[in-house]
Amino acid sequence: MDKSGQAYWQAVLKLLAGVLAVWFLVSYGCGILFAPALNNIHLGGYPLGFWFAHQGSMYAFVAIIFVFAKLMGNLDKKFDVHEE
Amino acid sequence: MELQTLTYLVVGLTFALYIGIAVWARAGTTSEFYVAGGNVPPVVNGMATAADWMSAASFISMAGLISNMGYGGGLFLMGWTGGYVLMACLLAPYLRKFGKFTVASFVQERFYSKTASAVSVLCLLTMSTTYIIGQMTGVGVTFSRFLGVSNDMGIYIGMAIVFSYAVFGGMKGITYTQVAQYCVLILAYTVPAIFIAFQLTGNPIPQLGLGSDIIGTNVSLLTKLNQVVTDLGFGEYTTALPGSRLNMFVYTISLMVGTAGLPHVIIRFFTVPTVASARSSAGWALVFIAILYTTAPAVAAMARYNLHATMTPAVKTGSDIFAPEGSLAYADKPAWVGRWEKTGLLKFKDLNGDGRIQYYNDKSKNPAFLDKAAAAGWKGNELTVNADIIVLANPEIALLPNWVIALVAAGGVAAALSTAAGLLLAISAAFSHDLMKNIFLPDLSEKGELLSGKIAMVFAIIVAGYLGLNPPGFAAGTVALAFGIAASTIFPVLMMGIFNKKMNKEGAIAGMLAGLFITLFYVFAHKGLFFIKGTGYLNLIGGANSFFGITPEAFGTIGALTNFLVAYIVSKMTPECPEHIQHLVEDVRTPRGAAKSVEGAH
Repeated sequence: MDKSGQAYWQAVLKLLAGVLAVWFLVSYGCGILFAPALNNIHLGGYPLGFWFAHQGSMYAFVAIIFVFAKLMGNLDKKFDVHEE
Repeated sequence: MELQTLTYLVVGLTFALYIGIAVWARAGTTSEFYVAGGNVPPVVNGMATAADWMSAASFISMAGLISNMGYGGGLFLMGWTGGYVLMACLLAPYLRKFGKFTVASFVQERFYSKTASAVSVLCLLTMSTTYIIGQMTGVGVTFSRFLGVSNDMGIYIGMAIVFSYAVFGGMKGITYTQVAQYCVLILAYTVPAIFIAFQLTGNPIPQLGLGSDIIGTNVSLLTKLNQVVTDLGFGEYTTALPGSRLNMFVYTISLMVGTAGLPHVIIRFFTVPTVASARSSAGWALVFIAILYTTAPAVAAMARYNLHATMTPAVKTGSDIFAPEGSLAYADKPAWVGRWEKTGLLKFKDLNGDGRIQYYNDKSKNPAFLDKAAAAGWKGNELTVNADIIVLANPEIALLPNWVIALVAAGGVAAALSTAAGLLLAISAAFSHDLMKNIFLPDLSEKGELLSGKIAMVFAIIVAGYLGLNPPGFAAGTVALAFGIAASTIFPVLMMGIFNKKMNKEGAIAGMLAGLFITLFYVFAHKGLFFIKGTGYLNLIGGANSFFGITPEAFGTIGALTNFLVAYIVSKMTPECPEHIQHLVEDVRTPRGAAKSVEGAH
């Protein structure tokens, strides 16, 4: 792999790490590990930890995928590896 | 019109629609049979993927399990949606660039080995067959209620219909049929939920209704539900855990990783037009899935509340639940109870002979509650409700109009059929194309390939139907086992194929076999050898859930870790991956130069 190819792959890995950190935080973090603490806060009639497990994490997943697709598109263009 | 007639009519109409589309777009050549030409736009592809993905487990079974499990049921919600993030980020775009047609052909090329490919087919067949057992359980529930027959009879009829459906259609028919099926099943799921949310909370949007106050009071639905279930000896709804928090954690990982390694879903991303659209296609699929998945928790909680309010009317009024008139008299039972008793999935046994239905948790850990129950003359829980009937019975429990009940039946049939057919095609492709044609009989004609695929389908249906008669668990639980197998075999091998360019064939093969073996070993210990009842060997592993309290459905996570670990160690001890394969992997990592459409292996 040439230099720019390597730089592109490093940038991709960095983006992936960021995206997966958010993915982990909303589901495993807010939905499971910190759920008991978050349950003390209420969102309407929802205890917040319960809300993350039964609603919030899924909204976040949809957003994550589209944001990721957009950012990857930008990276592809920046490193000139996008499809013609 | 009478309910039964109306149900036949609605199910019949939707059926005619699917078959009509299937006939209209009847498949011609083999590549068309398996993968509908490479020209499906992302939104349509997303909708079809959603229909393919949301099976009997999602539609019929999941909300029922959540209803029983409460907060812990969230593991299904997060697990079965979060996997799409992994798929969109880690797998789909790279597999699309790779330009192969099935998972097995990817494995063969990337790991330069027909043995690796054969092992991946073995994993795939094990996983798909387990998955179909779960579907058959769901099919049995749907057809037994819809035709008013016993659960076993429902499974036999379902087997016949699923088979003729899969053989008849082929993927091309199925892509467009599945769009129709998505529309039917999402309507069937959301319409009753909207009705019930409005009835209970005055807010017609189920996602908001679940967080609202019960109509005419200032107590939130979830607070009230918590109080109702704890009054009846169950664990608190919004905090109940499935075993332990650790088990919930690994269970969720297993479902997510399994989702990303699911061959019949991955195959859809081979057919999108570009690498960029492979990323967004997963997003569109998840949008359509999330519509159902965010409605499910509302369905679950509201069905639970309505069920208790029906059986123990005292919980609604706040009067004494232990008073005799606190429980429903069997003679006054609503009509739906009788309809479900006929299927054998709902049973009433008057243990204390008072002619009333005591529906409570007789295994409660609260001694004060058990004392009160005993003092009231309760001699144990008298009503058994199979979790898989909750969604189908839900509109009946809420006394909704007949057309809504009929619509839900049609949705259940759509969900069960679409996924079962998709899975059978994956099995048939894996067997005839990747195993027979590619490895054992290279001279097989196109006709012979189609025939051997159909034989594989028949075999899979019979096995799944037989095991579906004595299922290893509720539909969603059995399907979760299948995800554990996908998680411990397919996902790691794909990941390592893309992200570790030095991974060699020895590592990949050893990893898959280790993951498959350890997962099946733990699962079969609980559920019986090859899921045959009575052949479990729990004492050999030291009792149920003996590995840190992890349930067999959650064990895929451990299988996946084992796979990665074994693959890494073996690859360090064996010859390095050839240079040209390493270059191939580097090339896969950039979108530039992706083939315009994926070539089949013809």
